[in-house]
Amino acid sequence: MKLDNITLSVIQAGLQQVCDEMDLSFSRSAFSPVISEANDRSNGIYSAYDGTLISQGLNGLPVFVGTMQYSTSEIIKLIKNNLLEAPEDGDIYIVNDPYLGGTHLMDVRFAKPVFIKGKIHSWLSNTGHWPDIGGSVPGGFSASANSVEQEGLRLPPVKLFKKGKLDKEIYSIICSNIRVAEQRIGDVKAQEAALLVGEDRLCVLIKKFGYNTLNEAIKKLYKSASKQMKSYIKTIPDGIYKSKTIVDSDGVVNEPLEIVLKLNKKNDQIVFDFSSSSKPCIGPMNSVFATTLSSVYLAIRHIFPEVPISGGAFVPLKVERPLNTFLDARYPRPVSGCAAEVSQRIAEAVFMALVDVLPERVTAAPAGTSGNFALGGNDLRTGKDFVMYQLSGGGYGGNVNNDGISNGCSTIGISKAPPVEIMEQKFPVLYHHYSLHKNSAGPGKYRGGYGLDYEIEILSKEATASFVMDHGLTGPPGAKGGLDGGKNKVRVKKQNSKIHIPEHLSKEQDIHLKKGDKIHVSTPGGGGFGKACERDPELVLKDVLQEKYNIQQARDIYLVIIDKKMNIDWKKTFEVRKNKKN
Amino acid sequence: MKKNKDINSQIAGVDVGGTFTDLIITKPKSDELGFIKVPTTTENQALGVMDSFNKSRINLKEIDLIIHGTTTTTNALLERKLSKTGLITTRGFRDILELGRRTRPQPYGMKGNFEPIIPRNLRFEVSERTDAQGKILKPLVEEEVLSVIKKMLKVQCEAIIIHFLHSYSNPKNELKAKKIVLKHWPNHYVTSGHELLSENREYERGVTASINASVQPILENYIKKLETELKMNGYKRDLLVMNGNGGTVSSKLVSKEAAKTVMSGPASGVIAAAYTGKFAKIKNMITYDMGGTSTDVAMIRNNQPAVSNEIDIEYGMPVHVPMVDVRTIGAGGGSIASVNQGGLLEVGPSSAGANPGPICYGKGGEYPTISDANFLLGRFINKTINVIDDKKIKKKINKIFETKLSKQLNETVLNSAEAIIKIANNKMANAIRMVSISLGEDPRQFSLFAFGGAGPMHASALAKELDIPKVFIPARPGLTNALGCLVADLRQDFSKTINISMENLKIKDVHNLFEYFNKSGLNLIKKQKVKTIKIDSFFSLDMQFVGQTHILRIPISNKKPSKKYIQKKFEEYYFKRFKVKLDRISANIVNINVSVVGKREAFDLKKLINLKSLKTNNLTKNTRKVFFNGKWYNTKIYWRDEIPRNFKILGPAIVEQMDSTIVINPNDRANIDNFGNLIIDVG
Repeated sequence: MKLDNITLSVIQAGLQQVCDEMDLSFSRSAFSPVISEANDRSNGIYSAYDGTLISQGLNGLPVFVGTMQYSTSEIIKLIKNNLLEAPEDGDIYIVNDPYLGGTHLMDVRFAKPVFIKGKIHSWLSNTGHWPDIGGSVPGGFSASANSVEQEGLRLPPVKLFKKGKLDKEIYSIICSNIRVAEQRIGDVKAQEAALLVGEDRLCVLIKKFGYNTLNEAIKKLYKSASKQMKSYIKTIPDGIYKSKTIVDSDGVVNEPLEIVLKLNKKNDQIVFDFSSSSKPCIGPMNSVFATTLSSVYLAIRHIFPEVPISGGAFVPLKVERPLNTFLDARYPRPVSGCAAEVSQRIAEAVFMALVDVLPERVTAAPAGTSGNFALGGNDLRTGKDFVMYQLSGGGYGGNVNNDGISNGCSTIGISKAPPVEIMEQKFPVLYHHYSLHKNSAGPGKYRGGYGLDYEIEILSKEATASFVMDHGLTGPPGAKGGLDGGKNKVRVKKQNSKIHIPEHLSKEQDIHLKKGDKIHVSTPGGGGFGKACERDPELVLKDVLQEKYNIQQARDIYLVIIDKKMNIDWKKTFEVRKNKKN
Repeated sequence: MKKNKDINSQIAGVDVGGTFTDLIITKPKSDELGFIKVPTTTENQALGVMDSFNKSRINLKEIDLIIHGTTTTTNALLERKLSKTGLITTRGFRDILELGRRTRPQPYGMKGNFEPIIPRNLRFEVSERTDAQGKILKPLVEEEVLSVIKKMLKVQCEAIIIHFLHSYSNPKNELKAKKIVLKHWPNHYVTSGHELLSENREYERGVTASINASVQPILENYIKKLETELKMNGYKRDLLVMNGNGGTVSSKLVSKEAAKTVMSGPASGVIAAAYTGKFAKIKNMITYDMGGTSTDVAMIRNNQPAVSNEIDIEYGMPVHVPMVDVRTIGAGGGSIASVNQGGLLEVGPSSAGANPGPICYGKGGEYPTISDANFLLGRFINKTINVIDDKKIKKKINKIFETKLSKQLNETVLNSAEAIIKIANNKMANAIRMVSISLGEDPRQFSLFAFGGAGPMHASALAKELDIPKVFIPARPGLTNALGCLVADLRQDFSKTINISMENLKIKDVHNLFEYFNKSGLNLIKKQKVKTIKIDSFFSLDMQFVGQTHILRIPISNKKPSKKYIQKKFEEYYFKRFKVKLDRISANIVNINVSVVGKREAFDLKKLINLKSLKTNNLTKNTRKVFFNGKWYNTKIYWRDEIPRNFKILGPAIVEQMDSTIVINPNDRANIDNFGNLIIDVG
């Protein structure tokens, strides 16, 4: 078959389709809500030679955009060096070792080679977030682990399926080391089924276009994606752009960690230098290199969503390995906070470095925390133990056209939050409110979105709470003269009416609670974009009418004078704004 | 098929679409039908409807029944031209409608926009609280309700919603508030959350109720206008209105549950497809309706359209009432083709829309679109444009294709045009495949039912892409929605969340709810003075394994099922869907559903096209040059209304008709069946 540009477009869509079908199949049949509802999973196709990404599902979790390429290439290397048994048709490897191209231990990856006439054509791989992987804290989000062993079971690549059959011995070792193991089989089968669906669809594609044509197309698509990314990069003026973002603390030592980015854009390439960032930390806020890499990729993809997800798109993005920093964690550094929190700070650093030169595409900083809150205890209603997660959104940054969205999901995720009614049905808690986090939107010409504010009361006899959040020390930064969004706040209200504020503000583990105690969380708002005094007075009036802020704040922050009848006093507004300029 | 005894009964189906208002009407003492197409009058759709009746020259006095499909509520919603509506909710939770479910509009890109249906200053809180088990933790403070009502009336709210947490579990507080509201509210536009949708999930229930309330006055106003017009012109009988579930409901009842009419337009097309398929003995079909800016796809299994309670109309706008599950794909005739920075051809997502539309419409379009590609390749001709304009426009299209596409692709204009079709088909095929997989079906086991103006142009190529062997094009593809009105049943749907494990289930509760809903449905249908020949009830349970979040709908054959039967059915369905056996984990029943359907007299599809008088020798013999697979073919052109039954058409061929154009590709074979449907065996 002739391989023209048109056939190429068709093949590109076909490869994408294989991955999208894998994503859908995984979510539809998974048992864990974290996969089925929150879509904390991803599927892709990788080259047989070195694991380069060929295509990845559009609705996969963004943070996995670079990690699976990394881990597949590690597996291929291990096989080549005889450190791992070579695959046969029907084998599927399982691996969650963070240092071999992962995120945290809960993200379990499957990798399956696709054999065509006895030769490996390509690899299919997927990642699913397991609800538990053992370790000291149910669910794995420790706020104060100081080595990876405390975080859970670490699996090197091993064949979980041999010639299509589940290895029951390996599986039983896994089950003996994790919580709520009896429901895992459903997820394992869903994860396997997604790969089988992918294999099936890929083989149809190979048959339709021919083995050689398809391989030729894959090579060309790689080049085309690279070309596309380069042409977008060219729109950025050459120069060195710097930014610094701050992680509240590592959860153990109460000192801020700095992500320092020096971004060097030259011609059609960007070099990301994080080498001046903080040293590796004691607590679990270290990021393995694969996650650091992936965070850069996903940030750039948020900026240029037109470029397809392909290994070629990553070529012009050079991330130098930030040796001896907390962004290049080595064994046995704990890493449970990297996938959900540090990754978002890294993306924020990329946004903040580029927002001034790409104001049309980049927003002020989004909330950038997953708001992880875990509660464990015994449910009096059922007599069973429970583990509850509340993941929450926050405000997005204002941008050149609009205010930021309120309660948007994390930068690195795409998940929905569970409804209050379902949380109360499943867990012994009562929500007292679930509302906009007042005054959290960073003021600006276009203001940030609002964070979330909720308070829940514990209904079980006793419970233990843990938090892994961020942006408690500083709010998400504004851009182009816009102000920062509101900070993250956690307050524990004990029955004796004492209010406990975690020492690390956004992180603490194993807080003991009794029936009637309350937890109050306010998540960050987005940063503002442009100067507040340039905000359209009509938009300010709309905010005031909608009770987002009052007349006084409209005057103080936005320099808009609104009278008691809720009319804009244009003359005075004009004067005040003019005086401000002078 | 039984002969229609009551040949004198005169029935009209009238559907208002985005561009045209279509009418199909049975004529007295005749096998003939009247077909009318007039422009839609957007501001007041009733004018277009009356115009269609005028053009039909049939006396409204003699019509026995009118069934009407309207986009009044859909348009109001999508354009956000809603009535001023206030919300009363549980203290602490008024922002639920603004916070949504913590998402963003697209996976990549941190920008986007979202406006809640009810603005914050019209969302009021009162003291009250019920817990998840239905226990009342805080009784309603009545004075607070009174004071909220006063505030709302002061700012001239027209409609009101009462939406309390966990009202699906115990509606006592909500009903109490409603009673107070009804006493003081000046009209009947009062919606309480649990009555419309008795399911957990406060955001989805709240938005559904808010949509209902804020389109209620608009719909009622419109229906009244239409009724007055009809009455003034002599019409004395009932008016039925299409619902999004594919059933109809009396105009007297329709505005109470106005949200149910949202998306009724696409639903009626699917209903017509299911009806047509039933007579042609084709059980499983994917329907495909390509419009100017988007394409609607739905699945029909065992002659039943897939219905869902979980449809999002757009980002953050769930309308969780039962609707025919029509999915919209962002590709239509107006989708614009471009070459991206990587040198590859892309089609969409931007569209030339209806105005200026594609270049070939001659209304000032400047971007190459799918329609223009079809036009260049000779697949259709724009009959509203005369020959001189035609040449001018062709020249213009050629030039635009040359500069915007061909140069970059290093291809001829014609190859570029064909590539657009190929890529658009590919994109639509992929989307159709995703729709069918998400419903657990393999598209290869379905037939493709194509309708609308442009659907039949792409259908055969699409089917090939999907490995679908047969394409099915009804006698009047451009009037399918109006036909849907004509053949739709009366229908009432009920659903209630119980969320209970099989272990703890008291089977009596299921029996009681089935019975209760069944009775309510029968009563509602009997209340409408429309002749039905048969009333059927359908029972189903939404189930899942404990711990799962997605649900599977399990049909239950009788209203008193045993626990054992339910468990067995669930396991059967689960295995069929996921190919996984999980026998040790117990099952949950999430929702109980009942649908009661009143069947009206059957409509004889043979009336759509008069096949009897057609003879092969009378066929007009025309040919035109049409471009397929890189070369021009001298292609036969047929006029649909002249093709006799069982006449064999060999591709390539084009079949033209008043309301559509059908492309039959080289190697395809096509023929006309007993009901006038054109069936393509894809080559």
